[in-house]
Amino acid sequence: MTKPLLSVNDMAIVFTSPDEPDIEAVRQVDLTLTPGKTLALVGESGCGKSVTARAVLRLLDKNADISRGEILYDAAQDGPVDIARLDPDGLAMRSIRGAQISMIFQEPMTSLSPVHTIGNQIDEVIMLHERMSQKQARERTIALLDQVGVPGARDRANAYPFELSGGLRQRAMIAMALACTPKLLIADEPTTALDVTTQAQILDLLRQLQDDFGMAILFITHDLGVVAEVADEVAVMYLGDVVEQGDVYEVFRAPQHPYTQALMNSVPRLQRKAERQRLSPIKGTVPSPKDRPEGCAFTSRCPHAFAPCPNIRPERTEVGAGHIARCHLLTQANVEEPA
Amino acid sequence: MTRLLTVENLSKVYTLGGGLFGKSRELVALNDIDLTVEAGETLAVVGESGCGKTTLGRCIIKAQPSTAGRVVYHPKSGGEVELTSLNKRQIKPYRQDIRMIFQDPMSSLNPNMRVFDLVAEPLRIHRIARGQELENKVVDTLARVGIPADALGRYPHAFSGGQRQRIGIARALVLDPKLVIADEAVSALDVSIQAQVLNLLDDLKEEFGLTYIFISHDLGVVNYIADRVVVMYLGHVVETAPTEMLFERPRHPYTEMLLEALPIADPTRRKGRRPELKGEIPYLGNRPQGCPFHTRCKYAQDRCRSDKPVLRPIHGTAQSAACHFAETLDLKGAYDDAPQRTFA
Amino acid sequence: MALDTIAPLAEETRPTRVRESQLHLMWRRFRRHQLAFVSLWIVVAFYLVAVFAEFLAPTDPGAYSARYTYAPPQGIHFFVSDENGWHFQPHVNGYTTEIDRKAMRRTFVVDSEVVIPVRFFAPSEPYLLAGFIPMSIKFIGVENPRDPFYILGADRLGRDMLSRLIHGTRISLSVGLAGVTLSLFFGIIIGGFAGFYGGWFDGAVMRVVEFIRSMPTIPLWMGLAAAMPKDWSALQTYFAITIILSLIGWTELARVVRGRFLSLRTEDFVTAAQLDGASDWRIITRHMVPSFSSHIIAAATLAIPGMILAETALSFLGLGLQAPIVSWGTLLQEAQNIRTLATAPWLLAPGICVVVVILSLNFFGDGLRDAADPHGR
Repeated sequence: MTKPLLSVNDMAIVFTSPDEPDIEAVRQVDLTLTPGKTLALVGESGCGKSVTARAVLRLLDKNADISRGEILYDAAQDGPVDIARLDPDGLAMRSIRGAQISMIFQEPMTSLSPVHTIGNQIDEVIMLHERMSQKQARERTIALLDQVGVPGARDRANAYPFELSGGLRQRAMIAMALACTPKLLIADEPTTALDVTTQAQILDLLRQLQDDFGMAILFITHDLGVVAEVADEVAVMYLGDVVEQGDVYEVFRAPQHPYTQALMNSVPRLQRKAERQRLSPIKGTVPSPKDRPEGCAFTSRCPHAFAPCPNIRPERTEVGAGHIARCHLLTQANVEEPA
Repeated sequence: MTRLLTVENLSKVYTLGGGLFGKSRELVALNDIDLTVEAGETLAVVGESGCGKTTLGRCIIKAQPSTAGRVVYHPKSGGEVELTSLNKRQIKPYRQDIRMIFQDPMSSLNPNMRVFDLVAEPLRIHRIARGQELENKVVDTLARVGIPADALGRYPHAFSGGQRQRIGIARALVLDPKLVIADEAVSALDVSIQAQVLNLLDDLKEEFGLTYIFISHDLGVVNYIADRVVVMYLGHVVETAPTEMLFERPRHPYTEMLLEALPIADPTRRKGRRPELKGEIPYLGNRPQGCPFHTRCKYAQDRCRSDKPVLRPIHGTAQSAACHFAETLDLKGAYDDAPQRTFA
Repeated sequence: MALDTIAPLAEETRPTRVRESQLHLMWRRFRRHQLAFVSLWIVVAFYLVAVFAEFLAPTDPGAYSARYTYAPPQGIHFFVSDENGWHFQPHVNGYTTEIDRKAMRRTFVVDSEVVIPVRFFAPSEPYLLAGFIPMSIKFIGVENPRDPFYILGADRLGRDMLSRLIHGTRISLSVGLAGVTLSLFFGIIIGGFAGFYGGWFDGAVMRVVEFIRSMPTIPLWMGLAAAMPKDWSALQTYFAITIILSLIGWTELARVVRGRFLSLRTEDFVTAAQLDGASDWRIITRHMVPSFSSHIIAAATLAIPGMILAETALSFLGLGLQAPIVSWGTLLQEAQNIRTLATAPWLLAPGICVVVVILSLNFFGDGLRDAADPHGR
């Protein structure tokens, strides 16, 4: 197995607010990213997946803090760096952010500057991290735009974001993220705001670029269809905890955590009427992190919840090669088997 | 089956700009829409953003005036009512029969009203019930959608998205409607909540004998819930078909493209590269000549660039498509093992 | 019927805020805004002074005394020392006269030897509080009405500055309130129609608003004020000034109201009400007005300072209220020349009041506006 590029170990993120008690939005996250592979981080709104992504880039708001755990980034030259210990505005972090790890967002319109042409914005990223003249940078920009499938790249480089369609804007955003050939690309719901046909094109593009550049991708989404389409590995998050991680084929074939199972049963399958089954949704709604049980976060909605669930945090259990889940049902089976 | 609603040549044109200075431009959001809704069915309207599906729903229910064409409602009592020609007072009785569920349950519930008043409001407006009777009706309806009676005094912001959507559904159902237009009713919800609401809509349909017009961009959900599907592109209906036939063998290249692009939650059915997916929906203002889809169609011929195809029934099937080559093209469906068979 | 569609609700009841209405939420957000909260109390205090002016003012604002022209502020003291040591006795000090030979002028000097005892809730001539409650007691007064009592000094006719200031507060603040009420009335009706029905009426109204707002206000006011007949009574002038001020003031409020109507008209819940079959009247009164009333209150609060300033400016220029009406503007008129300012700077007290009230109203209005915005954090 290749050496992991980034590993997040036991990370927690706390939000403080002046007139309410602190909220642990992310409680226990373990993730491993390998070069050339896509890890999809999937979960429903409010599960902490976007916060996790922003933490890796140290882009958290002022009132949020990484309270526990480490983010080990292993960039060949000078050994692993713990990103969680870096100063978010320091030189070390700035040289990683944008150059080695970059990010694309759900709504490109809000992350591109409306008053500069996309060409100028990409030039700037390139010149910020690499020693290049304006002219060289522009050539690189045009090559990049061409590579991400922007037709007529040389002219489009002079376009302002509002002059482009949603799909082209997202392509420009991707070009900007790739400007310094990053080792890791974080994509936060990059296709959620797009139409299906455009979404399919962007997903194709990301796969193509991964083949060309060999970067790792952390793909954040709520859509299991998109996960099945792009991911090599998948991590499932629920209310601040990663409850299951593993190979995408493995997890979809045999989900081990009751939440993963329930999530998969909630998606309507593409079947003929005769085979169609009634959906079996998860009962209730996601509680607030304030009301999260001390033990497994899914307890309140889990159909299999039993004695230890509310109070004891389940251990990481390896259920297959690289397939890990946190559920008392799994450890219990292991304990009982030898008996 | 009995006919519940007929839409004939419905058009909606927005005039932009104009005013004191400057030339006005016309934006055709709906172009000669014809469709029928049978009592008891779920008719899905699908398409990507800007295809006019939301405008269609709003024009049918007269939340917006249409520019031309007719919407005819066939009440149970017999006869027909042309909704498009009625004024505010005349249409009021039919507002009980045709109701709407909105996409965003936060913005469609008045934040200043308590749940009880929100659901009671339609009953009060139509003077259907008062006093104890009103209260019973509201409590019953809310209980049916899964909101307990102890929530009556709360304001909408105290509820989660899924529960707000339930309250929105209760508001629609409290008048015992015949037809419910659900505009992206589950799109804003998380997967697990979406499944709850889909099941609820399914149950309610059976219990109250409802007919749905289900407007959505999500073909997976549409396949699950709809009996018949209308596919829209740039303000045109390009295909209508019973759900299974549409997914089995689409007759319009755009439908094929939508199905091809649909992500399926199963990595073993991963689709890989799809170079045939190209382009994006053009801006409504510069609709291409000829077939509106020809700019992105991989089967496009010269004829498509000049002649605009009309929606016509495909011989030997229950499908209609607006494509010159609907009969001859062998388009790919979305079911896994789709054998290419035709339906009589 | 499947049970899985019914979700248990208990787990997400947030007990602290479930029954709060928008107004409660607004109040909670407002309380967090400390500057605005303090300003609210300052504004309330000023308005209380305005309401209880007769009770709080030691003397009649028109009572003059040729003996004490430009008498400086006495201040107020609470303790006296005598052979028995210190003891509590609220008092003011008397004056001694000095003749300034160079300037050939009589000046007063506060003489701390002379103790004039002061009483709280002192009996006085009978008067009517707020015009209809008969009273014969004042908040503060000297035991012997012949003694000088000028806590904030006297003006050129020896009238008590404090009393005049208190009565001026009533006039100035009420002009602001009355003007805004009137503007609000016009603003809501005109802006509401424009915003709800839109179309040509909206266009016409907005052009009129722009026209009015493009006119320089001071000359306009001056023209209107000059057109007022000289023989009008004080009360008539007062109302005329209020109307003149709101002729301009309604435009801003009409714009706010129209804007809210326009944005609310496209809200889903208003469409939902239309689809319920609700009449326009019901949609406006039940769905739209409650949704923006908080915004209107905030906008109105922010409009009051403008009115007060306008009145002050007009009166200062001698075009607004005229003596014997006492307002901050007419009081400041007395402080127009350098000589007066040099010898009697206490005449500027109304100016301080104007600044404090205007600032407080602005902070208070800003706080309200922030709190009224449901998306604000």
